[in-house]
Amino acid sequence: MAIRRGRGVAAINYPTGMNLGGDPTQALVHSTPTGNFMVTLSSVDLGQGMKQIMAQICAETIGVPTDRVIVDTADTDTGPHCMGTFASRGTHRAGNAVIQAAREARQVMLEVAAEELEVNASDLETDGQGNILVKGAPQKSISIFDVALSAHFKRGRSISGRGMFLIPRSYPEKETGAMKPSTCYAHACTVAEVEVDDETGEVTVLNVKNVFEIGRALNPKMVEQQLVGGSWMGISHALYETTEPYYPNRDHGGTDFNQYLMPGPGDLAETEIIVLERPSADGPFGAKGPGEMCANPQIPAVANAVFDAVGVRIDTLPITPERILRALKAQAAG
Amino acid sequence: MAKVPVQFTLNGSEKAEFIDSGTTLLHALRDKIGDTSPKGGCHQGTCGACSVIVDGELRLSCLTLAETCNGAVIRTTAGLAEGGVLHPLQRAFLDAFATQCGFCTPGMIMAAKVLLDRTPSPSREEVVEALSGNICRCTGYEPIIQAVLSAARSNSQNVA
Repeated sequence: MAIRRGRGVAAINYPTGMNLGGDPTQALVHSTPTGNFMVTLSSVDLGQGMKQIMAQICAETIGVPTDRVIVDTADTDTGPHCMGTFASRGTHRAGNAVIQAAREARQVMLEVAAEELEVNASDLETDGQGNILVKGAPQKSISIFDVALSAHFKRGRSISGRGMFLIPRSYPEKETGAMKPSTCYAHACTVAEVEVDDETGEVTVLNVKNVFEIGRALNPKMVEQQLVGGSWMGISHALYETTEPYYPNRDHGGTDFNQYLMPGPGDLAETEIIVLERPSADGPFGAKGPGEMCANPQIPAVANAVFDAVGVRIDTLPITPERILRALKAQAAG
Repeated sequence: MAKVPVQFTLNGSEKAEFIDSGTTLLHALRDKIGDTSPKGGCHQGTCGACSVIVDGELRLSCLTLAETCNGAVIRTTAGLAEGGVLHPLQRAFLDAFATQCGFCTPGMIMAAKVLLDRTPSPSREEVVEALSGNICRCTGYEPIIQAVLSAARSNSQNVA
């Protein structure tokens, strides 16, 4: 009986969104009278940072600082339609819709500015600080604050835009069954090193090294946060978490945190994250969906590391001491 | 059910309420007094999101009866910032990106505050031990551990 060490590797590709019935998200953008911009969405921010990213995307497209954008995701009854924040689709789908809406709003904004400055709208540019300038003659300028006031109170214009991003439904080809169930793949690879006690069946993950290819990281700190937390969650899925330990028999399912196990701050593996950015062709500013895939590659990597350590293939999750000991027993029985 | 009076100091101000006997401190703070910084996660003392400081001790407010807190001095995360300036722990949590959805954060900060009040320069192991009663779903804990260590370092610099 001994503590045995093993190393496992796994690579995945992970889709963004789903196309099985068509995958739409809509967005509306409008300016307030003082030149702030409101993004209205039904896409819910449940802590993943949707509001921050949509504010960045809108600000970048219109040409204003991010703090001039307010994102309202308040009500799925009254907001523009969104399929939902799942399948790592929020940034990609809603982001594309926000770009389209923001472009339309920007065009109206430039038209109003053009009337105020008595120039052609195509000769105008934004400085990203809240001003609109004449190209090549930046001394001739107007603040977006004044443009919005003019639109609202003088010229009767609505500085607003509509955005729609739709991945149409994909039908399988009759001959081959081939279809495109999703778009825009992110990629990841994990190497996990574990110790397995072949007497108790207990697994300790010593370290995980993760490489994630996620398109353009629109907010690098938030991406890093998602990936570090996701890597931990992947290990948790691999070794601890289950709602139904004897599925399809539903007995003994965890009902609270005493029974539904997750690793705590004392059970952390040394974690390394490397981010590769290969901008996607159809994502907003090249983004893909790093949401869910960050917790995926650790699972097969840990399973492979367990196999490397003690020679048993556990293909049911989580990889509990009980499953390892049963497999070791079966292996010894030949 | 008969109402009972309860009186304590919350983040420096006197509070007096009539509550149902058996009301938890969590319920009294959130629903009677309106301090929603302690969160109700599991309501059975396993997640730590409801942690508050009662007379200097870290307490799970979901398992603490409000009427046992008569005369106590209670601190919650809502009372940490002074004059609009964040507490060093709050600053460190922000700087280290130690929150994501934010639900566990007030409990984590309370646990960390009790640690730093007693052990101003803790080791990593002491930080892990202090946070071990608090569950986080998003961060993987490492950014939280780093935030607490960083707050401890900035405190010691201020003293020096």
